[in-house]
Amino acid sequence: MKQVKPAVIHFHASGPLVALVGNPNCGKTALFNLLTDSKQKVANYAGVTVERKEGRFHTAAGKTLRVLDLPGTYSLHPRSPDERVTHDVLYGNAIGEKRPDYVVCVVDATNLRRGLRLVIAVQRLGIPCMVALNMTDMAEQRGLSIDEQALARELGIPVVRTVGIKQGGDAALKTMLDDIQTLNSDAHLSDSDPAVQSHTDLDHERVRQILSKLGLDAIVPHNASDKIDRVVLHPVLGPILLAIILFLVFQAVFAWATVPMDLIKEGTEWLGASVSNLLPEGWVQSLIVNGIIAGAGGVIVFLPQILILFFFILVLEESGYLPRAAFLLDRLMGGVGLSGRSFIPLLSSFACAIPGIMAARTIANPRDRMVTIMIAPLMTCSARLPVYALLIGAFIPQRDVWGIFELQGLVLFALYGAGIIGALAVAWVLKRFTAQSQIRTLMMELPSYHLPTVRNVLLGLKQRVVIFMSRVGGIILLLTIALWFLASYPGAPAGATGMPIEYSFAGYIGKALAVVFEPIGFNWQISIALVPGMAAREVAVSSLGTVYALAAAGSDTAEALAPLIAQQWSIATALSLLAWYVFAPQCLSTIATVKRETGGWKMPMIMLGYLFALAYLASFITYRIALACGLG
Amino acid sequence: MILVYSFALKPVSSLIAKLIATQTSTMNSINIDMATPANFAMPAAIASTLRTSAEVKKLSDIAIGEQCVVRQLVASTGMPEWMTQLEDIGFIAGEPVTLMARGAFGGDPLVVRIGLSTFALRKAEAACVLVDTVVVTSGDVPVNDSQNKVAA
Repeated sequence: MKQVKPAVIHFHASGPLVALVGNPNCGKTALFNLLTDSKQKVANYAGVTVERKEGRFHTAAGKTLRVLDLPGTYSLHPRSPDERVTHDVLYGNAIGEKRPDYVVCVVDATNLRRGLRLVIAVQRLGIPCMVALNMTDMAEQRGLSIDEQALARELGIPVVRTVGIKQGGDAALKTMLDDIQTLNSDAHLSDSDPAVQSHTDLDHERVRQILSKLGLDAIVPHNASDKIDRVVLHPVLGPILLAIILFLVFQAVFAWATVPMDLIKEGTEWLGASVSNLLPEGWVQSLIVNGIIAGAGGVIVFLPQILILFFFILVLEESGYLPRAAFLLDRLMGGVGLSGRSFIPLLSSFACAIPGIMAARTIANPRDRMVTIMIAPLMTCSARLPVYALLIGAFIPQRDVWGIFELQGLVLFALYGAGIIGALAVAWVLKRFTAQSQIRTLMMELPSYHLPTVRNVLLGLKQRVVIFMSRVGGIILLLTIALWFLASYPGAPAGATGMPIEYSFAGYIGKALAVVFEPIGFNWQISIALVPGMAAREVAVSSLGTVYALAAAGSDTAEALAPLIAQQWSIATALSLLAWYVFAPQCLSTIATVKRETGGWKMPMIMLGYLFALAYLASFITYRIALACGLG
Repeated sequence: MILVYSFALKPVSSLIAKLIATQTSTMNSINIDMATPANFAMPAAIASTLRTSAEVKKLSDIAIGEQCVVRQLVASTGMPEWMTQLEDIGFIAGEPVTLMARGAFGGDPLVVRIGLSTFALRKAEAACVLVDTVVVTSGDVPVNDSQNKVAA
């Protein structure tokens, strides 16, 4: 009988494992994209939310290599979860990861001294390795000529020139990978000495010697980048430019996404109607039309906003602007215990909390990332707008305030403001409790500017979409179907006078909730509508339509509903419901994303709890004040 | 200038002579701010010799555009790990360093060019880096390089 092999073999397909190691911003991922093309698998490393990218590469000789793109690191002393992964994988300590058979050290040719220190540290690990001298095109533009043969002699390992952002820029590396078995490790360099500090000093000295031998010890300034930075990082012009860029991104997310979102909504309704006609009436038809099609439509409808938003984030990231934006906003965000890196995820959340929470991956500090995720749902997302529009239209009179403002607009603005202030307050409280003695590290590199390549942006977009559709979409669809079940079963008994939803599980839950919601002014109709409204906030509008037995479908629901609720509800109730929607976690998709991104149910449960508590408190105060003002 | 010295370093008067003689500085003079304007007026183009001035400053205190080299790193009381981290990203004795920009709100964080890389550092982080100002002279004074290296 054959010996049973360790379980790790199961996860890893055949072929030697080649790891790409390099400093952040050395063009490693571009080179990885070039090597592996679209044959990539994106997942997370076991137990951490650090992205794991593996691809396949077939050499000209027909060999198949597995290529692992390890997170960028400055040294083998880890200082963030990302760097910890690289460290653990290279030392062979990462759970479920095979120790790489070969390492390709990717070095930025325009910044040899920093790259070489890492190369020397990796050499000492005893894994056979080679150097890919990347960004050689930029080095030549700056007048740096590097003799890779001489460098190879000095280091004692092969060195090839690459240009990660150019098609065919990896030719030399591909040729070298064909003979990868010829790489051998320097046994005499093997790390037996735990005294890391002495290594560090020796390594600096060695790098200095190599650079001076190659005649590369002069500092060549990057003038083009510096010229741009004189504007971008300017204390006055910088923030103005940032505000303009953010405004344009925002505008694009809302303006460009409207048409495809409407098309998806109409498409979903059309598909639902067509299937209704094809299938006989009954639970199968209801499940397919109201459960699966409506559920899938509710997931896909987010896609246009996610695509547009991530397109801009990727372009800003690739060009090198994103860390500069984080620099400009660092002090401002520091006031509530966050760093500048939290800004983009929070901004994204105004479109939809889901891409915002996904974008929080760019935050290196785990505490900051968690706090950002926790307050992201407080940013007023676009799904709240239909609810706001209905309530404001029905209850807030159209009249001018001080001649220049419009009351309805002011109320909408106040609702956005309430969300932001709420988020800042929560972050501030969390700072008091979780970051009191913590001094956070910034040390953030501002890479030279370069034009983003279409290929890398498209590849990045594709990966975001796959992550959203496959991992988040699946949970959202399941929850939507569960809510459909709650709202449809059991059916109305014979001789029932009310609407069928009143007799469903959702109806019973809603009526039970009405007791809880009575102190904040919600009637049982609202309480019932809140249950299916958990699928997505805007669903509450159509649910109210169902409860009030309105026949009108789609966008007509709100028009028919407005006069009805204006007549039946008090203004205090309407204001209370508005306050509720500012804070309440009325969106299972967000909760599912948080579960996915934090790797467990703890954070989403805490989020649910605190947001409901906050919403209840806000509604209670609003309702009582409104009653006291005679608006009951 | 002598007055300033004696005020700050009364007990180490013997050191003063040494300081002035070698024109390199020691840890004790961190708080002395005695930048000579002549240093800044000298255009880099005519420089035939670069050497360091008599003062050690914190990276967080230098002027924008001032040419400096890293002298040594000191541990921050709250964050001792910053020393290694700063070293990892390139803050090594002898590396050229300049301040590129200060943040719009309260002058924090800072943008620093270290070697060939650009980093955003918080003021507290930059305060862990002691630097020497590079003095540009016309070339008649020998560089006291070895002494710098030993001190660092």
